[in-house]
Amino acid sequence: MKFGYYPGCSLSGTAREFDESLKALASAVDLQLEEIPDWNCCGSTAAHNLSHLLSLALPARVLALAEQHGLNEILAPCSACYSRLINARHQLMADEELRKEVNDLIEMNFTGSAKVLNVLEALFKVFADESTVKVVKPFDHKVACYSGCLLVRPAKVVNFDRPEDPQAMDDLIRKFGATPIDWPHKVECCGAGLTMARTDLVCKLSQKIIESAEKRGAEAIVVACPMCHANLDMRRADIEAFAGKKYSIPVIYITQAIGLAMGLGEKQLGLNRHLVPVVFPEKTKAAPAAPEAQPAQKAEE
Amino acid sequence: MSRIGVFICHCGENIASTVDVAKVAEAAAKMPGVAHAVDYKYMCSDPGQSLIKDAIKEKKLTGVVVAACSPHMHEPTFRSAAAVAGLNPFLCEMANIREHCSWVHEKSELTTEKAIELVRVMVEKVKRNKPLHPIKVPITKTALVIGGGIGGIQAGLDIANAGHKVILVEKSPSIGGHMAQLSETFPTLDCSQCILTPRMVEVARHPNITLYTYSEVESISGFIGNFKVKIRKKARGVDEKLCTGCGVCAQKCPRKKVLSEFDAGLGLRTAIYVPFPQAVPNMPVIDRKECTYYIKGKCKVCEKFCEKKAIRLDQQDEIIEADVGAIVAATGFDVKGTDFFPEYGYGKYQDVITGLQFERLASASGPTLGAIKRPSDGKTPETIVFIACAGSRDPAKGIEYCSKICCMYTAKHAMLYKHKNHGGKACVFYMDIRAGGKMYEEFVRRAIEEDGVNYIRGRVSRVYEEDGKLIVKGADSLLGGQPIEIKADMVVLATAMVANADAEELAQKLKVSYDAYHFLSEAHPKLRPVETNTAGIFLAGAVQAPKDIPETVAQASAAAAKVCGLFSSAELSRDPVIAVVNRLPPPVFSTCTGCFLCEKACPYQAIEREEIRDKKGNLLKVVARINPGLCQGCGTCVALCRVKAIDIQGFTNEQVLAEVLAL
Amino acid sequence: MEKCEKHSHSAREALAELIEQSTGQSVAKCYQCAKCSAGCPLAEDMDIPPSRLLHMVQLGLPEFDEKALKSLTIWLCLACETCSARCPKEVEIPKIMDFLRQESLRRGLAHAQAKNIISFHRAFLDSIQYLGRLFEPGMIADYKARNPRSAMQDVLTAPRLFLKGKLSPFPHAVKDRKHIARIFERAAKKEKR
Repeated sequence: MKFGYYPGCSLSGTAREFDESLKALASAVDLQLEEIPDWNCCGSTAAHNLSHLLSLALPARVLALAEQHGLNEILAPCSACYSRLINARHQLMADEELRKEVNDLIEMNFTGSAKVLNVLEALFKVFADESTVKVVKPFDHKVACYSGCLLVRPAKVVNFDRPEDPQAMDDLIRKFGATPIDWPHKVECCGAGLTMARTDLVCKLSQKIIESAEKRGAEAIVVACPMCHANLDMRRADIEAFAGKKYSIPVIYITQAIGLAMGLGEKQLGLNRHLVPVVFPEKTKAAPAAPEAQPAQKAEE
Repeated sequence: MSRIGVFICHCGENIASTVDVAKVAEAAAKMPGVAHAVDYKYMCSDPGQSLIKDAIKEKKLTGVVVAACSPHMHEPTFRSAAAVAGLNPFLCEMANIREHCSWVHEKSELTTEKAIELVRVMVEKVKRNKPLHPIKVPITKTALVIGGGIGGIQAGLDIANAGHKVILVEKSPSIGGHMAQLSETFPTLDCSQCILTPRMVEVARHPNITLYTYSEVESISGFIGNFKVKIRKKARGVDEKLCTGCGVCAQKCPRKKVLSEFDAGLGLRTAIYVPFPQAVPNMPVIDRKECTYYIKGKCKVCEKFCEKKAIRLDQQDEIIEADVGAIVAATGFDVKGTDFFPEYGYGKYQDVITGLQFERLASASGPTLGAIKRPSDGKTPETIVFIACAGSRDPAKGIEYCSKICCMYTAKHAMLYKHKNHGGKACVFYMDIRAGGKMYEEFVRRAIEEDGVNYIRGRVSRVYEEDGKLIVKGADSLLGGQPIEIKADMVVLATAMVANADAEELAQKLKVSYDAYHFLSEAHPKLRPVETNTAGIFLAGAVQAPKDIPETVAQASAAAAKVCGLFSSAELSRDPVIAVVNRLPPPVFSTCTGCFLCEKACPYQAIEREEIRDKKGNLLKVVARINPGLCQGCGTCVALCRVKAIDIQGFTNEQVLAEVLAL
Repeated sequence: MEKCEKHSHSAREALAELIEQSTGQSVAKCYQCAKCSAGCPLAEDMDIPPSRLLHMVQLGLPEFDEKALKSLTIWLCLACETCSARCPKEVEIPKIMDFLRQESLRRGLAHAQAKNIISFHRAFLDSIQYLGRLFEPGMIADYKARNPRSAMQDVLTAPRLFLKGKLSPFPHAVKDRKHIARIFERAAKKEKR
């Protein structure tokens, strides 16, 4: 299986372990990731906040490059990159005039033939065949699956999972022995790009997420987004200062969790790069009971 | 020889200010075949009509053309006048020189010329008109009422009390509908069942009403006055003649944990059950999907204990055929469940319930005997949040309309809760308050001013569970969008009122049109609210659109009045403007070639096959025949017929061609 | 939606009109249910919650248009898409917010307290303009230069990140940097920035 690969700026920098763990996993399951040559930054939050044209042109260049190199499916692990790419593609596909304008701007011919996948979609494709699910050491922990904002919204564009109480990450990690908990902060925003400019607000929002997960007995928060990881992990000290209490729950990438279950090494998966140590409590009989997530049920009428 | 009378109307200034009516009359007088041409200020007035009548008699007219407004307005007026004067009404036609001429053009010579052309065309047509007579059709004076809720009950009683027979079909084991599930009704807070059950009993005992419960309409064919219906009487598993309604079978039934439909999923029933104590008929039904005997072949406890030996485990569905003359559709509505709301938990929180479920809690015959208790742990909630417009007025969720009853029942629920729990806190998140009925506004104000219900204007973004409480995250738009968070013990969603799941199927059986939401369509939203475009089929209640009980009852009585009106004559008179396949003398018999394309295309299934036989009985040819009782005169077959063997009476090919050639 | 003609400034179209032209979103659709404000993670911290901001724009009056553009709200908005996910009228508020941010800068009306938020975005875009990719240390330096008060921020965390290999001292760049520069130039010209 092969995907075009768009690491984006964060996977080359502060989210290096996401890239590392993904690549480690890829080689373990015979997945080829072909990096888009000379890719540029998608523009992230800054572009769409300040310039409509840049917010379309930068992703368009990335996708046009992918098309030029015959890549039909692009995996963009960073949720923000994924969101920018898929939203730009959606807008440009819907508006012919706009597409022409942007193509003129970037001097390239974006057609929309390259589709954008998020990391969960890609992993589901990889593990669709049950024989690839090789569990060496079941990830036997209660986990809080945190999808964040952009994997499931806007629903009409991403058309993935469901925008409230999403289940994709839960289903995926269950295959590897984990017990995802039912918790209400799966898609509550962590504070996103305000991490430097308004650290206080990031602390406020991220603390709610961490508090909710720990309270319900989760032993780890599983994420698929470098921004979420940064706010929940790198900013832990600030959050603790804000809340006046300590939180020890580690934050790991879905690729790392799966990697561990498949027997890959901690260093290989970049676990040592986290600021919050990735340690799990000893299994004792007095472990707190957490509400187990059930696959969605119909209400009784 | 044609002797056509032409009457040009001024219509006050409506026509005369743009068209030179005198000139038109002058021109008409010169048209071949015209024996009389005048103009007059108001043709539809009494003196105007007298002009027509007098002219018919004096000038022995063979046809009349009234050049005036649209035939939609006054064709019946002028046709009656002609009939009174002894001229067949179908020999009188109108030329529309108002909507088609004076109202759409400026005053000019061209406008007058156009008016003249319109008259000329109509004169040529009327020369070729033939006298037509209304088609008489017998009427079966029995009505079918589909649905045994308050709408069906009211309609059934009204028709039966007027002396006609009624067949009332209800698909659940008892009549009563949703009204039987309610606790108290607004604005009087009458106990719902107390006012309903007397009517239910009346229906059961009425000599003119045949009640089929646990039955559904299987198929309907025919036409107004002459419908043939097939009713499937589902197998109850009980012999109706022997059962006394003692209830021992339900007591002994070992399958006790079936979710009760009547309690909206909040209570339990047994596999053999009577849906509620006041059920009519008070007879159990065996739910074969839950009964051990039908699943595993064992048990039969009910049979063992029934003193009257009334259990019939081998009973089969019965198909009952009936002839009826009119049908009233009163099948009611359904409500959306809590699982419709992703932001409120997809239905997984037990203490997030629908308005209908709250009714069952509040009802004295409900699962908690009228005490408001949390379904999760049975405790009394101290804070209840009511969310209005849950699903309604919500294009994102696919329901754009307002469900009409929720503002009122939410106020009612909040009041009932406060009456039963004086110290409790009730908050209503609303967008608007729709309380337009009699005493409705006062009712809502009472909730706010006397019962202390807290109304917050804004919607709720989401509800989730935390530490045994339901966290409600709403906002107050009157405070500028200020987020408001409430920790509630129970959340009641005023869910949208929707059509039944099988409404589309029913509409198709009835051949009645319906809208995108599967509400059945009325013939005209203002002036014909209880009729449909299918003659002989009437609507009553929420099947047509969301409405409350007073409106349903009013509509039901209105539908009953229509039915009684229909039944008041000995025969039905039908408009003779219908299609006819030609018939000629032998050996041709008809130019119809028997291809029957028309039969396939007819939307009313009005075309039959007629065998033409010789005197010895040998089959000569099979030709199409149009049933004059069913044909609606739409013209589809006329357009399709490859050999032009079909014509519409009053609009024959010859007539229309003459009109075109006259231009 | 009819605008109150006598109040409209003759030289300027109402903000609602501009929003519709640029984003295709009609603010008239909003029936002020406030569900967006109810679910917005930062509604309490904003000066004007989103539903109220939208109503200001609905009025079509220049003084309220200006208030909207001067709000801190549009800069605090995280573009988390929670509002539009739940909006019953399917109004795409994030798109409207993007437009308001851009318009606010065009008219020089940005809220004073938003200075550092805007600097962050500018610093980010600077990095992309010159390198085609984000060079985090460079971007942070740029940001701190624009906001001297933040000079000491994260000063303790930075070394830790560096030691963990998360902060590279060397910038990655796109090879065809001139192409990126041209894209930025053209976009700026078209948007008259």
